[in-house]
Amino acid sequence: MPGSIRASGWGEAMARTIETVAEEIRSPSPGAMLRRRIFGHYGLVFGIAVLTIIVLIALFAPLLTSHDPYTQDLMARMKPPFWMAGHDPDHLLGTDHLGRDYLARLLYGARISLAIGAVAALISGLIGTAMGVAAGYFGGKVDLVVTFLINVRLAMPVVLVALAVVAILGGSLEVVIVVLGLLLWDRFAVVMRSSVMQVRDLEYVNAAKAIGCSVPRIVLSEIMPNVLNNLIVVATLEMAHAILLEAALSFLGLGVQPPTPSWGLMISEGKQMMLFEPWLIAIPGVALFILVLAINLLGDGLRDVTAPENRG
Amino acid sequence: MLAFALKRLGLAVLVTLTVSLVSFSLLFMSGDPASAIAGENASATDIEAIRTLYGFDRPFLVQYTDWLFSALRGDFGQSYYFKLPVADLIADRLSTTMLLGICGISFALLTAVPLGVAAAVRPNSFIDRLALFLSVMGQAMPSFWFGLVLIVIFSINLGLLPPSGSSSWKNFVMPTVVLGYYAMPAIMRLTRAGMLEVLNADYIRTARAKGASEWRVMFKHALRNAVVPVVSLAAVQMGFMLGGSIVVESIFALHGAGYLAWESIARNDLPTVQALILIFSLFYIVFTFLSDLANAWLDPRIRVG
Repeated sequence: MPGSIRASGWGEAMARTIETVAEEIRSPSPGAMLRRRIFGHYGLVFGIAVLTIIVLIALFAPLLTSHDPYTQDLMARMKPPFWMAGHDPDHLLGTDHLGRDYLARLLYGARISLAIGAVAALISGLIGTAMGVAAGYFGGKVDLVVTFLINVRLAMPVVLVALAVVAILGGSLEVVIVVLGLLLWDRFAVVMRSSVMQVRDLEYVNAAKAIGCSVPRIVLSEIMPNVLNNLIVVATLEMAHAILLEAALSFLGLGVQPPTPSWGLMISEGKQMMLFEPWLIAIPGVALFILVLAINLLGDGLRDVTAPENRG
Repeated sequence: MLAFALKRLGLAVLVTLTVSLVSFSLLFMSGDPASAIAGENASATDIEAIRTLYGFDRPFLVQYTDWLFSALRGDFGQSYYFKLPVADLIADRLSTTMLLGICGISFALLTAVPLGVAAAVRPNSFIDRLALFLSVMGQAMPSFWFGLVLIVIFSINLGLLPPSGSSSWKNFVMPTVVLGYYAMPAIMRLTRAGMLEVLNADYIRTARAKGASEWRVMFKHALRNAVVPVVSLAAVQMGFMLGGSIVVESIFALHGAGYLAWESIARNDLPTVQALILIFSLFYIVFTFLSDLANAWLDPRIRVG
């Protein structure tokens, strides 16, 4: 009670100091404010929750189903999923045209999508960040060269080039990951270039230069921590991009090859029978949609939370 | 303005040359193109004959410049599979893809711009939520899957639209929706953000203060300024869409250049693939070049900067 403090004979200045200190204690810490922003952002909470569930499913797939995603059972082909008549309680989501358990293929398929998304985003992130940081930090000729390379990359049709290269090298999980990683660095380079440009002339960077820090040290310990939030946002969005592209390549028959349980491949195999059994394409399609939705909401949410002024 | 245009033109030519070099090198990634053409059962003499016939025994740079100069004259060589000149093949198919691209971008603009404007005028209203919902859905939905879902609903269950082919306008309805919905979210978000920014500007308050009607304020004063970045995004999206038409055309068996690309990739028809990569890139380069010029003309600051 400020009034009672004043009344009890304390000096006016003293009372004001106590009030300021109390106000500081009462106001939330930066960490608490960040937590409040995160949990107040429904999209972000949804994204984190769903993505965590999918990662857990991918990690513990063998514990969640007793079926093997590769084992064929020609006696039990095309069993319908649980909501349709004539389903088999042993195969909750039915079986495909080779009698493989659809639930097992769906659960193991999460591993393929997540691995492709994560590793492709990592490769393209390393390439794009190196190029973008170099362009943003050094400017001048380096910037000209990097900007030119970004322009060349943007001009090339991603799907077409990826399809052609995978067709030449032969489709496999590793080839698809590397090809996507080598193609999707453009947004990393664009965003890193402009965010590094914004911080490279700030006082603390100049201070580090003045005390004689080496370039790698300035970049790693002065610049990178301040552009990291942008990097993470781009990484999530590119991960979603890579997952969608893998699905499209596998759907067109020039990505991950059978019998790998890729969701894109499952849709491609189900396409032959979608006339009579539309659930064959509905199940993997919905899984793909939910995964990409969760990653996108996570990325959008992180952008809103780390830079509330950029909300748009 | 002329200096700016020339600088941009020079850059566009350089980008085109680099893309052509990359797309030509693709042929050599497989190691030996001659044995790839000859097939698995070919004898060594057959492979040797093909090597001399197609000129694969010459140095890489000689082959590249040769290909480039022929390409400049409009000659992309013979298709290995179709046994026809690649240029004729592509010219035959390009109109379908162009039509699809124009329909797709029109669909995207006609849905995204009104939605974006309506969302910006009433933030957090129902229409704003709807616009956000549609754009989040559009970004997460795999376009090939969306196409299949449309086929199941409109061709199989309702029997309203043909699932494949390119004979009538009905064949273009679903591909247009799929391709347009792919480009819609980015355009919608940019229109909304641009309108929100512009609506807070001083000249909008001035326009309202002098008694201009709300419609006039929106369309004459606000949208005109918010639409500038949308024009360049639409150009970029148009370029991406033509490249993305390969997926849509293969789902709906629409015989355009994208379908041709898929066919020739699946059949190892490298001259056609090289030419298509170059042509799709060229579309992107021309669209962005034109939109750069349009923006510089609309906004003098770009010319100087």
